[in-house]
This record gives sequence, C-alpha cells and structure tokens, in this order.
Amino acid sequence: MTPFRPAPFVWIAGGGAFALALFLTLGAVAIVALYAEAPGGLTTADWRALRFTAMQAFLSAAFSILFAIPVARALARRRFWGRDMLARLMGAPFLLPVVVAILGVVAIWGRSGLVSQILMAFGMERLNVYGMAGVLIAHVFFNMPLAVRLILQGYAEIPAERWRLAAQLGVEGRALWRLLEWPMLRAVAPGAFALIFLICATSFAVALSLGGGPRATTLELAIYQAMRFDFDLGRAALLAGLQFALCIGLAVFATGFATRMGFGAGMDGSVERFDGRGGGARAFDAAAIIAAILFLGGPMAAALWHGLPGLAQMGGGVWAAATRSVAVALTSGALCIALALSLAALIVAAEARWRIASKGAEALGLITLALSPFVTGVALFILLRPLVSPVQVALALTALVNAMMALPFALRLLLPPFRVAVADYGRLAASLGMGSWARLRLIWAPRLREPLGFALGVAAALSMGDLGVIALFSAPNEPTLPLYMYGLLSAHRIEAAGGAALLLAALAFAIFWAFDEWGRRGQA
Amino acid sequence: MKTLLSAAALSIAFTGGAMAETLTVYTYDSFVTEWGPGPQIEKNFEAQCGCDVDFVAAGDGAELIGRVKLEGAGTEADVVLGIDSNLMADAAASGLFAPHGVATDGMDVPGGWGDATFLPYDWGYFAFVYDKTRLASAPASFEELLNAPEDVTIVIQDPRSSTPGLGLLLWVKQVYGDEAPAVWEKLAPRIITVTAGWWEAYSMFLEGEAMMALSYTTSPAYHAIAEGDDTKAAAAFEEGHYMQVELAGKLAATDSPELADQFMAFIAEDGFQSIIPTTNWMYPAKTPAGGLPEGFEGLVQPTKSLIYAPDEAKAAREEALAEWLEALSQ
Repeated sequence: MTPFRPAPFVWIAGGGAFALALFLTLGAVAIVALYAEAPGGLTTADWRALRFTAMQAFLSAAFSILFAIPVARALARRRFWGRDMLARLMGAPFLLPVVVAILGVVAIWGRSGLVSQILMAFGMERLNVYGMAGVLIAHVFFNMPLAVRLILQGYAEIPAERWRLAAQLGVEGRALWRLLEWPMLRAVAPGAFALIFLICATSFAVALSLGGGPRATTLELAIYQAMRFDFDLGRAALLAGLQFALCIGLAVFATGFATRMGFGAGMDGSVERFDGRGGGARAFDAAAIIAAILFLGGPMAAALWHGLPGLAQMGGGVWAAATRSVAVALTSGALCIALALSLAALIVAAEARWRIASKGAEALGLITLALSPFVTGVALFILLRPLVSPVQVALALTALVNAMMALPFALRLLLPPFRVAVADYGRLAASLGMGSWARLRLIWAPRLREPLGFALGVAAALSMGDLGVIALFSAPNEPTLPLYMYGLLSAHRIEAAGGAALLLAALAFAIFWAFDEWGRRGQA
Repeated sequence: MKTLLSAAALSIAFTGGAMAETLTVYTYDSFVTEWGPGPQIEKNFEAQCGCDVDFVAAGDGAELIGRVKLEGAGTEADVVLGIDSNLMADAAASGLFAPHGVATDGMDVPGGWGDATFLPYDWGYFAFVYDKTRLASAPASFEELLNAPEDVTIVIQDPRSSTPGLGLLLWVKQVYGDEAPAVWEKLAPRIITVTAGWWEAYSMFLEGEAMMALSYTTSPAYHAIAEGDDTKAAAAFEEGHYMQVELAGKLAATDSPELADQFMAFIAEDGFQSIIPTTNWMYPAKTPAGGLPEGFEGLVQPTKSLIYAPDEAKAAREEALAEWLEALSQ
C-alpha cells in the first residue's frame, strides 16, 4: 500500500534535518534555561504580551489569506499583459527590510501619509492607524503577497484536465468553486495561514512602531527586553518557550485542518480556463487586481522614492558588505533547500506508517520560524565559545540560522507538490522498478522544479535581509549589508541608510527573481 | 555544565595571553562603522602605541554588558566602550571591571565625574527635536508640552529597547517623581507612537508624522554640519535635561593590562576626544584644545543637568518602567 519506499539516505538526511531543527529551536531554549542562574517567572505583562501576540498574528494571517484569495483567483484565471511580472513582484514587499517597510507603510497610511493628505483635501480628518489597524496593515502588506503566491501554486496543482472536464460538464461559478477551488484552498490555505501566523507572531519592531505603544508588546519584544535590558536568561528562556508553545499549538492545529488535494494526476498540459467569462466576474477580478496593486505598490514606491537619493551616499564599505550578504544568502538558500527536501521526504515517507510522527515533523518544520534569534544566538554562543572564537564562525552561523528561519517557507512550498508527486506517480515508479536516481531525474526534478526555484529564491532572498544571530557573533570590520544599514541609521545617516536598504531589497529581489526564473524555465 | 564551560573559557583566556600586543575593544555597532569614531580613533591610537587595535561590535550599549557577562572572566575584551551611565550599576555589579586610573577632575562632564571604575568618553542631553519651519514656537518646559495645543505631537522610543527611550523615562521620573504616572497619562494622547529604535522615531519625525521626536540636543548639529540644514532645533526645557554619559571600562581579566591602561588614558586625550563631536554627535568628555566644531556653538545649553546617581538609577528605572507600561497600556 505504501507508494513511497524511501532509500536509507532519506531517513538519514531527514533525521539529520529534524534533529538540527529541534536543536536550534527547543534545544536552544533548554540550553539558555540551563545556563541561567535563576529560573524565570512570568508577570501579568507577559500574559498580556502573549494575548496580544496571538491576537494580532491570528488577525494578520486571517486578513492576509482572505484578501489573497480573490487576487490569486483573478491571477489564476486571467491572462493579461504584465500578469507574470505582477505575480513575481508579489515577492517584493516580503523582502523589504523592516525599517523601510515601516516607513513605506507610514508614507501611505500615516498621519502625514498619502491617504491622510487626500482625506484632508476633502475636508476630512486625517487617519490615525497607530494601533491594531496599523499592525494589521503592515503585516498584510508584508504577507498577503506570500499568501497569493502559495494559493497560486495551489491553482497550478489542479490538472488542466479537471478544468476542461468542468467546462464540458457546464460547471461554472459556485459549483466550480465548490468542486475545484474550495478543495484546493482546504489543502493550501491552512499551511499558508500557519506560516503567516508564525511570521507575525515573532514580529517585534513592526508591531511596536505601528501598534502605537506598549499595548502592542509582543513576546519577542519581551524576550529582547529580558535579554538586553535585564540580562535575565531564565526569563528569556521561559518566554521563548511560551512563544514556541503558542506556535506549535497553532502549527498542529493548522496542519490538522488541512486536507489532502485529491485531483489525481494529469498529463501536465497547459491550463486553459473556461470559467469567469461573464462581465461581473471580469469586473470583480479587475477590482481585486487593481486594489492589490495599489495596496502593495504604494509603500513600495515610497520606499523606492526615499531610497534613491541615499544611493549616492552609502559609503565605500557598502559593496564589501553587499558581497558578504550575497554569499550568506546563497549558502543559506542552498542549505535551506537541502534541509527542506530532506524533511519533506521524511514527512512523506513516515506518513504512511507513523502518521503522528509525520505530523510532528511537519509542525517542527514550521516552528523553526518562531525561533528567537536572541535566544538561539545566545545558546549557540554559550555552546560554541569554549571551542571557537565567535567572530570566526559569524557568517557561517548567520547562514545556518537564516536557513533554519527560511525552512518553513521552503517546506510549505515543497511539501504539497512533493506529496502530490508521490501520490500520483509513486506507484507507477514502483511498478516500473525505478531506482532512486531515476525517480529523482524523471519524477521529482521536473515536477518540483518550479516550486524548488521559488523556494530557493525565497530562502536566499530572506537570508539577505535577516540580521539573525549576527549581533552576538559579529565580525568587527566585516558587516553584512543589513548590519551596515543599521550602522548608517545609528550614525544619523538616515538618507544613506535608505539607499543601503534599497540596495539590499534590490539584491534580494534579484536573487529571488533569478531562482524563480530558473524554476519557471522548466515549465514548458 | 556552567563550571565546565567557564573552565573551558578560562583555558582559552590563558592561551590567549601569549598573543602579540593586540588591544581588543568591545563597543556598540555604530561606533565601528566608517562614519563612526572607531576608524579614526583606531588610527590615532595605533600611531602612538605601536599596537594593533581590534574593535569588536557587540550590539548596542545594553547588549554590550550582556555580552561581557556571558563571557565572564574568559572574555577576549581588554576594554569595553559604550556603557550607558544608566546601566552602570549593572556593569559594576558584574565585578568584571578594574579601576581606570585616569584623573577625572579635568573632565567637562556637567556635574563632574568621580567614578574610579568607569571613565566617561562623551555625553549628551536628551531633548525633543523639532523643525522650525513646522513648529513656530516649541514648548519651553515639560509643563508647556503637557498643556500645548493638541497638534504638538511627539514620537518617542521604547525604554526597553532604546537608550533615548530609557533616558526619557528617567527624565520624567526625576522631574516628576511620584507624579510621573499622571504625567505619562496626560502625555499619552500626543504620543503618536513608540518605536523600537531611535531611527524609526527620528525618521517618522523627519517625514512629518510628529512635530517633535525624542533625540539629543546635539542632533541639530548633525543636520547643520553634515547636511547644511539649519531648520532643526532642540526644545530647551526649563526643568532641565536628562543626561546620557557614555562610559569606558577596563576589564579586570585583560591580558594586556598596560596597553589597556594606556588606552584608558588616551580616551581623555585630544586624539580621541576631537573625533567624537562630528562622528558620534555627542559632547566630548574633555573638550579638545581646538574647542568644539562649528555648528555646536548654537546648540541648546540646558540650565540644569539631570541624572540619577548610578546606584539609584536601577531602582528608579524599574519603578518608572512599570509606571510607564501601566500608563501607556490603558
């Protein structure tokens, strides 16, 4: 009955990836807790932080998915000039450095922002989004595009034959939604929801700056405070444990909610859509796409506008920093994909026999995103310092931790198509007696190429922007680009920092684009 | 496990003792960037000591102390540069620092300086900075700010993650004492938002989100000198301005004690002090022979300097933070 009989190396590589993920998340918390002089205690403020963290992350994820559905639906069934470009630009907000994204959102939605200016021109009150509204706007800006891409990928996994059959049977509108689109969303949306929840749960600067004050304290800020301000390792470990508990709970809940896509195998023909040809459907799709362009494009244009004058003032060290960051990003991206593929194979292999264990591995693959760079950084520091100088391993550790933090994205992107490939072609491959290498070459590689390219792009690009653990392990005169940008900011050079941020976002996007392009090349 | 780690760390410290004359200085990130004071100070000191100075960026001022505590006696650092006076008691309590041995009576830190362990290298006053073209008359005191028109808005930093944020917290606490919670409640409606770092708040102010941002009295000098822009000014408050003094400390576990002593002495000399104003945008702890650069002369000179004694700062900080959280979380 098991369609997938994995080779021994699947267990070894998968087990290794699993152990590494476990070590850098819960293991790190345990190390910090053991090292602490006194066990930590939680205050009412911490419970308030937990409540706020869960609430804003839940709402951010819910709105991101909700708004992403009509946009993805429109992009999936329409073909228009610039569609591909638009689908790929969806990766951009996600790659903006946090400070820049905050200022971009403020430039549009702030008290002196574009929307307020327009309102005041019509004699209305200016906006005040600082509070939950501001947090949600920023988080939806960051994450809605990711949800769109994940759902679009879900659409791509519905074989062309199903759409044709539906058209031949005259299935349209709500019936089509119920038969094809809803089952696809049931398979894709819970994972996307969990992913966005986790991203938002660990947010700290965005939530605080746009949340209007200490009401918007997240657990991550409480961890930072315990670490930085009080140097209370016991408390930091306890808070990090609480953050993991929240994220594990959510990840288990969401993955349990997901159903399997059961559309069966197709012939990989190109999809032609016959539905949505009425005027109402066209108008709705057009509105969804225009709204998305305005909502996402506004803050990005503002960031671009602010960054341009700074490009000339960035200083001589910026290129070396950029080179370092690109190297970290590529290493980290490759490492992340290796981990994700190993873990995906392990999950699928274990699924048939040990369902619970497989679910556990899948949840773990999600929660690495919830690791606190502060806690993991300190844990690694405690462990490694007796053995090696922190400075020497700074870039390698940055690459490792960034790979871990990007792992959930890669896993989310690779696991569903991996499952589909196993379910649809595993038996055929087994009956043909194909060996591991033949399966890899003839089944996995061509079927996974597109999500692989996208995942590699996302993982590498994400690593560009992340500070990760570098603060504790920073090499003296060898900053990465994000560190260089923060250096500019703290030296008052805000304009130059805008330029560096733009360079950072552009490089991250170029890397993302190149890998995504490679993935798409295999589509034909 | 902890003993094991410390033992291993110690063994590294001993073997490290055999290294050539390298002075390792832990400092905050912005100190070592190419616009920070680091590169020029390194050059100036290396010219006179014939040694090799190695600046290691280790987070911000507060994270520095954590880093040194984490490393304990096994630290590679000889000197730590960038301890915030408000957190000095924490650093002192670690027992990791040794007396600096530098005469402090000639220092130009307002109120003088007498601590034998931590040596000031620069200082500044916290202040609300505004744009003269947008705000014609800035409040001249906290009282005026509290009663200013509604549109006199401010953006501040979180004391838990930012040094200026902590400065404001203690400023209000020292001026108002037990009244501080009421003051924060009254201030709350005009606080547009509270940011994690200094730069988010300051950028938001520059973008016009708020009329004033919490920063330093020296911030307008940056705009005047580096950007040729004299529209920014700091609001002088009658109640006085809270100070930040940035400190250096010599580690007791240093493997080059003489070199470390030489560097501590160098901190008070012109080769160090003359670099500070236009790189760190703070006042030098000891005014260099050439005086302050042009652009500093027109800055606000507070009539009264406020600061908590280091041993009181910790208790005041904990109480004030609890009050602040309570008042602004309503």
